[in-house]
Amino acid sequence: MNRFGVFVCHCGLNIAGTVDVKAVSREIGEIEDVSHSEDYIYMCSDPGQLLIRNAVREKGLDGVVVACCSPTMHEVTFRKAVESEGLNPYVCEIANIREQCSWVHQGDKERATAKAREIIRSVLEKLRGNEVLETLAMPLTKRALVIGGGIAGITASIDLADSGYEVILVERQPSIGGRLDQLSLTFPHLDDARCILGPKKAEIANNPNIRVMPYCEVEEVKGFIGNFDVRIRRKPTYVDWDKCTACGVCLEKCPVESLSDFERGLTTRKAIYTGALSENSGKPVIDPIHCRHLVDGTCTICQEVCPEGAIRYDQGEELLEERVGAIVVATGYDLFPMEKIGEYGYGRIPDVIDGLAFERMLSPSGPTGGEIRRPSDGRIPQEVVFIQCVASRDPERYMPYCSRVCCMYTAKQAKLLKQKIPNSQPYIFFMDVRTDSKGYEEFLQGAIEEEELIYLRGRVARVFREGDRVRVWGEDTLTNRKVELDADMVVLATAVVPSEGIKDIAARLRATVDKHGFLTEAHIKLYPVESPTKGIFLAGCGQGPKDITDTVAQASATASKIQSLFSQDALLQDPLVAFVDPEICSGCGICVQVCPYEAREMDEYRGISKVHEALCQGCGACIAACPNNACELRNSKAVQVFGMMETFAEGAEGSLADG
Amino acid sequence: MEFLYFPGCTLYTKAKNLDEAGRECAKALGFELKELSNWTCCGAAFPLAKDNIMALAPPARILAKAKEEGSTLTTLCSVCFNVIKRTNRLIQEDEEKREKINTFIEMDYQGDVRVLHYLEILKREVGFESIRGAVKRDLQGLKVAPFYGCMLLRPAEEMEFDDKEAPTIFEEFLESIACEPVDFPYKIECCGAFQSVGAPEVATECAYAILISALRNGAEAVTTTCPLCQFNLDSKQKEIRERHNDFPGIPIIYFTQLLGLALGLPVEKLEFHRNDVDPRPLLEKKGLL
Repeated sequence: MNRFGVFVCHCGLNIAGTVDVKAVSREIGEIEDVSHSEDYIYMCSDPGQLLIRNAVREKGLDGVVVACCSPTMHEVTFRKAVESEGLNPYVCEIANIREQCSWVHQGDKERATAKAREIIRSVLEKLRGNEVLETLAMPLTKRALVIGGGIAGITASIDLADSGYEVILVERQPSIGGRLDQLSLTFPHLDDARCILGPKKAEIANNPNIRVMPYCEVEEVKGFIGNFDVRIRRKPTYVDWDKCTACGVCLEKCPVESLSDFERGLTTRKAIYTGALSENSGKPVIDPIHCRHLVDGTCTICQEVCPEGAIRYDQGEELLEERVGAIVVATGYDLFPMEKIGEYGYGRIPDVIDGLAFERMLSPSGPTGGEIRRPSDGRIPQEVVFIQCVASRDPERYMPYCSRVCCMYTAKQAKLLKQKIPNSQPYIFFMDVRTDSKGYEEFLQGAIEEEELIYLRGRVARVFREGDRVRVWGEDTLTNRKVELDADMVVLATAVVPSEGIKDIAARLRATVDKHGFLTEAHIKLYPVESPTKGIFLAGCGQGPKDITDTVAQASATASKIQSLFSQDALLQDPLVAFVDPEICSGCGICVQVCPYEAREMDEYRGISKVHEALCQGCGACIAACPNNACELRNSKAVQVFGMMETFAEGAEGSLADG
Repeated sequence: MEFLYFPGCTLYTKAKNLDEAGRECAKALGFELKELSNWTCCGAAFPLAKDNIMALAPPARILAKAKEEGSTLTTLCSVCFNVIKRTNRLIQEDEEKREKINTFIEMDYQGDVRVLHYLEILKREVGFESIRGAVKRDLQGLKVAPFYGCMLLRPAEEMEFDDKEAPTIFEEFLESIACEPVDFPYKIECCGAFQSVGAPEVATECAYAILISALRNGAEAVTTTCPLCQFNLDSKQKEIRERHNDFPGIPIIYFTQLLGLALGLPVEKLEFHRNDVDPRPLLEKKGLL
């Protein structure tokens, strides 16, 4: 006879408000092989877990059902609790009576109670078929891949490298630095972005544990946590970086110019260029779309002038294979394209620019040497209108979410404008001003008072060219008046969106994204830096809009999660995987085709299929596909699952069916 | 090419110049406008209330009749176009409302008539290239500001007419008849609409803002597709002058009148005498009459 224990959680009123937990606990306690049953207000709390542990020890329980929230929340918690009393963790099961019962049946206590009881009875039926399983120990590659060389990727890389682990840092641009490289001074202390980034870049360069791979992209990812096989594509730079001394002659002599992405189109760059153009820091690459040699072979100037003979027009791409144990996705953000915003001129009005372009103007290394000048005629502007929440918080047309950084950077930009051009007047259209972090509100109030910024609460309806100025139609909802302003320049705080290609990279990693393309975390509070796909970790704006402070904190959190993973000798994995009955398997191979994780393979010698337990995620695809029922999932065998259904149906016939 | 034509009430009365010129141009361009038989009021406004089925009955009935007589229905008036096109879309997409409407009008209509504005017929069916080839009178150098108003463009996802913030169909049309389109920021603003009834000074100010902007950008005339826009921009110029002594006045010409002029139709068929601000002195000055 089994000696099972059942523990019914109230979850405050989340469950107890809808389910009569006392009655459920009492009725379940009457089942023959249930030797212990009780309820408690918060089973996951310390005293709650203690109840379970005491009962396991004192009553000699050999199986436990915790009736509570979803197993994604606390299955691990309770399995650890029973394990500490010497019970095998795989005889502890969760009966979900919150998400699948109390939350969806509010206001119908009688039937919710009956359903909760039947859920527990069916889980007990499963438990009767459970086996004692041993955790699988898998080999672990203690090397991390970081995708994206912005401040998030840089921070995570340094933290990991400092704790002794190897890091491969992949960046698709010709040099690392990311968006932070484009910024001028940063809020709230007006530190220069370069003073934050410069030392970190130097640390990266000098750290022997970090291998930076600029101008590379992740092409393919196979395998799982602990052992990912990654194929990295190094795009052709057309320059032999081993020979190149970054002297810059080629950049000077190249006759082809196109708009510079880095300078947000405020100036041009040559067809041969470096990552952070303004600093002339990195080694150059040739842009194959604009280079005359690569387009039609009509120019060889860079090759002629290069003193080192480093130009290689025939360079091809390179593919590199690496094995890593964990991957950090730090792919960063872009700004919502102005070209899609009709009411603000579709990006066609030269004196309407976005926040990043204004940052380039403010930056001493930018195209104007830090002077604020109108793109149209180079004049120094007097009236500048800043518009916040452009394409943010606009669920009907654009993005519903708050981009989080715009309130602060707009205040900072307006303040810097006033400092650089003392007789200028910044006007800021806002919906709300959100200053939700340490020192932010003080910064804002200081800026408003000292610099006499004019804040107007309302949205701008239209921006258009009127003569050589920009007319702005808006409203001031605090005075209920229409506002019409003629400005010299308009700066749009456009929404933060995930950087281009995020969906492709997420698909390659089998990581999930939300409907806007931001990477989703496994749980917003419990696992905020982990992707639901194990071994994939998140940092920076790829996961959601955030400022530098939060990005750095998150990147360090990510690194510390990977440090804990790598501190183990081997990777411990749930043994809840597929297995094959060799007596039944006919070797048809269907399971090999359906497995999304490449965990199934034919054993050519025995003529049957086998399971790579390290790769199997227990998804069950092969079990459903097997025509002979030769595949089974450990502790979710067919007999158990059907048993659960029968038990539930039995109960439903009685108490649930009426009505 | 044959299209069913729904004139609407105004085109039989106040906007006869829009209607007559439209019919004559069709003949000149070689397509037939077959007037829908027994047509009624279009409903005049697409209901804002979700459950106002009654207001959808008139346009639905027009569409159901059109289905009996042809496959493509066209209008000249922007307001009729807006109401009929949106009703058609609603009938296509909302099964529940479709059933209610059909029960109400005692007809069976599934939303399968194509609703096109006359401008769309010019663009998609005739083609601006063919129009260019059919031009008989050279309007070269006539600077015309196209006024779109709201009804053709909004709501954009229902009208599927043109980009609601930066439409171009009107400009393309003007270029096809060799006019010089004048871009001005007020081209998609409100003409004042029915404010001219309850708060006439509001409508007058709307019209003034539009016209002065067109003038400042170099327009010699403004063109419209909508009788209500035409009324506010054309018939209110006397009031505008009373309030703004800097306002010199500007002719407002229906797009069909301009088209007829370019196609070389006899001037008397274009009914310029119906325009409040007589465009003939301008056209004469330009050597077009």
